[in-house]
Formats: sequence, structure tokens, C-alpha cells
Amino acid sequence: MTLGLINANPVVHAKKERIARTEDPHNDDAVDPLEIYDILLFYLSSLLDIRDPEHPYSLEQLSVLSEESITVDEKLGRILITFTPTIQHCSMATVIGLCLRAKLKHCFPPHFKVDIKVSPGSHANEESVNKQLNDKERVAAALENPNLRQLVDECLYSNEL
Amino acid sequence: MEDELKEIETLQGHTDKVWSVAWKPLAATTHPLVLASCSGDKTVRIWEHTPSSSPSSLSWHCKAVLDETHTRTVRSCAWSPSGKMLATASFDATTAIWEDVGGDFECVSTLEGHENEVKSVSWNASGSLLATCSRDKTVWIWEVMPGNEFECVSVLQGHSQDVKMVKWHPTLDVLFSCSYDNTVKVWWAEDGDPDDWHCVQTIGESNNGHSSTVWALSFNAKGDKMVTCSDDLTLKIWESDIEMMESGNGYAPWTHVSTLSGYHDRTIFSVHWSRDDIIASAAADDAIRLFVENKDGKIDGPSYNILLKKDKAHDVDVNSVQWSPGDNRLLASASDDGTIKIWELTTLT
Repeated sequence: MTLGLINANPVVHAKKERIARTEDPHNDDAVDPLEIYDILLFYLSSLLDIRDPEHPYSLEQLSVLSEESITVDEKLGRILITFTPTIQHCSMATVIGLCLRAKLKHCFPPHFKVDIKVSPGSHANEESVNKQLNDKERVAAALENPNLRQLVDECLYSNEL
Repeated sequence: MEDELKEIETLQGHTDKVWSVAWKPLAATTHPLVLASCSGDKTVRIWEHTPSSSPSSLSWHCKAVLDETHTRTVRSCAWSPSGKMLATASFDATTAIWEDVGGDFECVSTLEGHENEVKSVSWNASGSLLATCSRDKTVWIWEVMPGNEFECVSVLQGHSQDVKMVKWHPTLDVLFSCSYDNTVKVWWAEDGDPDDWHCVQTIGESNNGHSSTVWALSFNAKGDKMVTCSDDLTLKIWESDIEMMESGNGYAPWTHVSTLSGYHDRTIFSVHWSRDDIIASAAADDAIRLFVENKDGKIDGPSYNILLKKDKAHDVDVNSVQWSPGDNRLLASASDDGTIKIWELTTLT
């Protein structure tokens, strides 16, 4: 399995300025998209940095994930993550999706229903990648694959200080 | 009159998601009810009902844990018609055959051959054939030989993707498989030739079939109706002229009767048709739904109504539902929350 980003000349976007927000004191338990974004971004950066030291850019700069790509429906208990593989044929797409799912499962209450998709038009096999990422049986089996499990675990635990 | 699905007991013991449950066929009405469950914790548990003397004590207990055989998730399990054998299908690419030797379960055979995860296993009505299916896109038919030998008699290719479930017809030697390729395929051996299994029908989106992964299917007691459930959030009812098949007049194709949509709002993983014609379905929306045929207006063919819905049946996804044998209307459900629940359908008057 190739675990690099397989894109020698990525389009690099400027880092967005984070708008400081006031905390809502009455809504402590709410799942915050920005919080998910921060966790996943940090996580994915380390995931790809470990495997691909050649790539100096952060995922935010590569626009794999943006704050807008995370929507949370607190009432229905649903989280939708849309990410953008850096190139149309990125074989990392399913691995990234799998890692995102594992990380979310690790961080958020289990009753949240998580849907993970590549952003429309971003991948040559968009439909099949999306189907695979949301088939829980395929996900469970993939996570029992020792190589994938090791990768996911390394990233889950290596940067939790 | 109002029907209620009452929670009787929660069975705890598995340490990971429970994927599937299977009731042991009842050899005699005096025998206790036995349930097998299988899990991501790589084990199978056997649960037995003991009528309790005091109301406060648990009436189900775990009689055996079948471990140290499968090295990955045990995805599904199936009792032989006699109830003496249990077959278990695992992501470790094997199917294990367990024999009940006086309450202890001994692994007597391991069926190898699939390239990767085995998803489902099913015995035919007479217990002479076994079918398995896998992510390797194939369906295998095994002949049960003397001395716990299992010989592969056919490797069926036809699905273009992961095969999720195999199920034999309840009375005829006709095999059904459903898949990630959105179809249900029907396999038949012409003239009963045991070496000539081939696909006689493919039910896909173009002939009223599902538009996404078909996860499971189940038959009514007579075997002339079938229900399928899917990631497309619908259940579909099918029927066939099985008398024609029983009388040896060739294959009778299955035709679409009804589509039940708008009930579950996430993937429907499991469906089971009871002997008294109640269809139970379980889904990733944490709910269980029960459906019955609407006997009133049959002008446009049979239609099906919801009997009841049980929201929050489990804390998380419900992966499997199975009606019990015997006289009580008991339903077992298995969930990602690691538990199995026993429900009783009661009619309040």
C-alpha cells in the first residue's frame, strides 16, 4: 500500500485565519464542528506527516479538510464529514476516510451516526469510495487488517499527549 | 387491541459489537430455548433459557463461550436443522463447524477456501448442504459428508462485489444470495444435478430490486414469499409459485409484490419473517420495526402495514433480529452496543 499523498505538486492554499469565538456557557455538551475539525486536522496531519515527510504542507493548506466540511446535527445525533483527496485518483482516500472514522469513534459518544464522504467531483471513483467508507461491515473488516490497524493505531495514540 | 414489544431481558457478555443471533431449532417443546450469538470479540456465545423460580433472577444464562478458534470477527452463525451442529462464519476467511457434545461445543471442522472475510453461512432444509459467501464475491456450496467432512461441490461466481448473505429456501434446495452489488441472485441445480448449480435469476434495480447493498433476506413459513432489506432504506416483498417448483415443473421466478419505504432512516441490516407472518426489521437507526400484511383491501395485490416501531431498541445500531421457535412470540436482537435483547410481542386488549 502506498501511503504517500501521491501528488508532487499540490495546490497550496493559505491558512485560514481562525475567528475567535465566544463560548456558549449553556451548551457544554454540544458537539462543535470546529472542535471536530481541530481534532481531525491535527490527527490527519500527523497521519500523513509520519508516512510522508516529503510533504511539508499541512492538510489545511492542501484543503483535504476544511471547517466547512464538517456538519453536525445535534438533534439527530449525526456528523457528516466531507473531505477532498488531493488528486482525482488518490488511493489514500479510503485510508484517510477509515482513519477519520476511527478517530471520530475514539473521540465522540458512540450514539453519533457518522457519514464520511469525499467532496463531490473530487475523486474519480467517488461513488464507490463513499459506499465503501459507509459500509460498517467493510470498515470493521478493514480495521482488523493488521497493516491498516497498525497505521490507524499509531496515529490514534502517537500524538495524544 | 394494541401490540407491544416488551423487553424481557438484556444478555451481556460480549465485549464487542454483536453481529448476529440464531435460535436453535426446537427438537421438542419441552426443550429449553437456546440462542447463539456471534461478535467482533471473535467469540460465539450460547445462551439458554431457564424458567426462573423467582421473578428477580435472570432467566437467561450463558451456557458456553466458543472461543480460541476464530481469529477475527465472527460475522454470522447458523444451526443445522437438527440443532446438533452450529456453523460460524468469520472475517478470518474460515467457517467453523461446532458440535454440541452434551452441552460442550467442540469445533469438529474448519472450512477453508474463501480468499477473505466469510460473511454468512446457511444450511439447507435437510441439513445435507451448506452455503457460505464472502467478500471474494463467491458463493460456495458444501456437501455434508459422513464423519464431519465437508466437500465443496460448487463455487458460484456471478456477483460483481462482496456477497453479504446466503440463505437456503425453507423447503426447496434453492439458494439465495444478496450483495454489495445491489442484487439478489437465485441459484439452482437443474434436475437436481448436484454438480450443476447456476444462477437462474438476478433481482436488480432494473426489475424492481434494490438501489444499494442488499443486506439480508428471509422467507415466510410456506416459502412462497420472501422479504429483502437494503441500504436503500427499503424492504421489498417478493413472491413465487413454489408449487410449480415442488411439482418439478421447472424454476418459477420471484416477482415484486410490495416496497416498504419511509420507515427506517438508516441502513436496514436485518429482516426476519415469523411463522405467524410478522416481519421484523432492524437498522442502523437503532430501531426495530414490525410489519404485517394488510388483509383488508387486496384489490391491488397484498400490501403491508407497520404493526409497531420500537425506537431506541438499542443504544446504537441493531444488526440482527430473529424470531424464536416455539409458542411464545419472542424476538432476539443484537447490537453494536455489545448486548442481545430478548423481546416479547404481546397484544394488549
